[in-house]
Amino acid sequence: MSDVSLPDAQRIVITGVGLTAPGGSNSLAAFREQVLAGRSGISTIDLRYMDTYPAGICDFPETKYRKKRENKRGTRAGCIGVYCAGEALADAGVDFSEYERSRTGVYMGLTEHGTVETENEVYNISQFDYNVDYWTHHHNPRTVLNNPAGEITMKFGITGPHYAVGAACAAGNAALIQGTQMLRLGEIDFALCGGLSECVGSFGIFASFRAQGALAEHENPIKASRPLDQDRNGIVISEGGCVFTLERLDKALARGAKIYGEVAGYAMNSDARDFVLPYGPRQAECIQLALGRAGLTPQDISIINTHATGTKQGDVEECQALAEIFADCPAVRSNNTKSIIGHAMGAAGVLELAANLSSFEDSFVHPTINLDNPDPACALPGLVAGKAEKVEQVETILNNSFGMVGINSVVIIKRFMAA
Amino acid sequence: MTRDEIRDIILEIIEDIDEDAEFDDLDADQPLRDQLDLDSMDFLDIVMELRKRYKLQIPEEDYPELATLTSCVNYLEPKLQDV
Repeated sequence: MSDVSLPDAQRIVITGVGLTAPGGSNSLAAFREQVLAGRSGISTIDLRYMDTYPAGICDFPETKYRKKRENKRGTRAGCIGVYCAGEALADAGVDFSEYERSRTGVYMGLTEHGTVETENEVYNISQFDYNVDYWTHHHNPRTVLNNPAGEITMKFGITGPHYAVGAACAAGNAALIQGTQMLRLGEIDFALCGGLSECVGSFGIFASFRAQGALAEHENPIKASRPLDQDRNGIVISEGGCVFTLERLDKALARGAKIYGEVAGYAMNSDARDFVLPYGPRQAECIQLALGRAGLTPQDISIINTHATGTKQGDVEECQALAEIFADCPAVRSNNTKSIIGHAMGAAGVLELAANLSSFEDSFVHPTINLDNPDPACALPGLVAGKAEKVEQVETILNNSFGMVGINSVVIIKRFMAA
Repeated sequence: MTRDEIRDIILEIIEDIDEDAEFDDLDADQPLRDQLDLDSMDFLDIVMELRKRYKLQIPEEDYPELATLTSCVNYLEPKLQDV
């Protein structure tokens, strides 16, 4: 299925972006400046039961769209989601005079949800000799999987469908795909799609990666996230969020919306092999499937955003898949956004896409940082490292996002051109 | 604990739920719910906080006793007299 020949009512475009990323970037423009400069957003966190570890923390105006009281009742993911959704709506210039709230869908990608809230509550009752009479009545509404998406609907009065797309660290891409599909099916007319991560609040997520030998350590936190480098030693866990507004092209054009890019193609598949280890050959199939659906060849791709997280085998698997597919593509450029912001889990796919999105306008490819000793096993075609590279024109961005239990997602966004 | 102290405790707990809560025009004999935009989850927060602070177990059938500031104080006064 090629999207090239689709009628405007089936062409899906991105018209608004709201985000918060580690390092204090709370808008697309600020984030673009951060990644072009290659400025690490990583600091450290000192969690209950854990020592201090590198982590990506967000600092955004939490009460811009919601009162402190509402934030206190909800979750961190909900708080991040409401901010990102509010910013995306403002950026898109949508105040629901253009679209019905009942015809708006909210799809939020989550790696997990409820871990932070459950850990906090177990700690709380530990202060009362584990008497469950002290377990909070907020536990269930906070931990249902649709919580963050639902908090967005409550804030903005959106009465169309809302739910979480659970797809480990491929979830951000998966939510973007879900919104695209629902718009094409005519189930909705307007979508808020994105990914959210509150993972830095969970000692268990840090401890589990550490037990697996996959938690990054470095005395200097800004050097800790080093995918593709020989000295990489694991993942830097980050929080964050990014929400895109998606519309059908005909309506977006009719209302004069700014168009950031068009969904050219996408694919998802499963490794069906291992709980944690990624599998390059299946990732390659996923990339080929997305290219085919977009009606594109590897030579048509301008930028590849790699998923590589900084684990030993994971990075190699992906790089082998990419090196094979893009072997004859001298013009392609690739980068790794996690080297700058860490691994934002459910938000990773969409935040990393957002990091590259402005390349359609400024023709720069942002760099991979911390690549002091490139791993030969991770050699990539056109890898941009150290500093941003100016290219002639960016036509397409291929966004890889893979997750545990063997889930792969690829989204291709292309420069918008009127038919 | 005196009636005034109990009253202050209740207001302190509500303020912890909503730091923007305005108490200046609060009518102690009118429902807190209407005046302070509290919902059922907020009342459960008040019940939980009293449990945490004073090991008070307030049975569900007594929740209506917490409707107004005055009824709260009336209800809690005998329970907190030795605190």
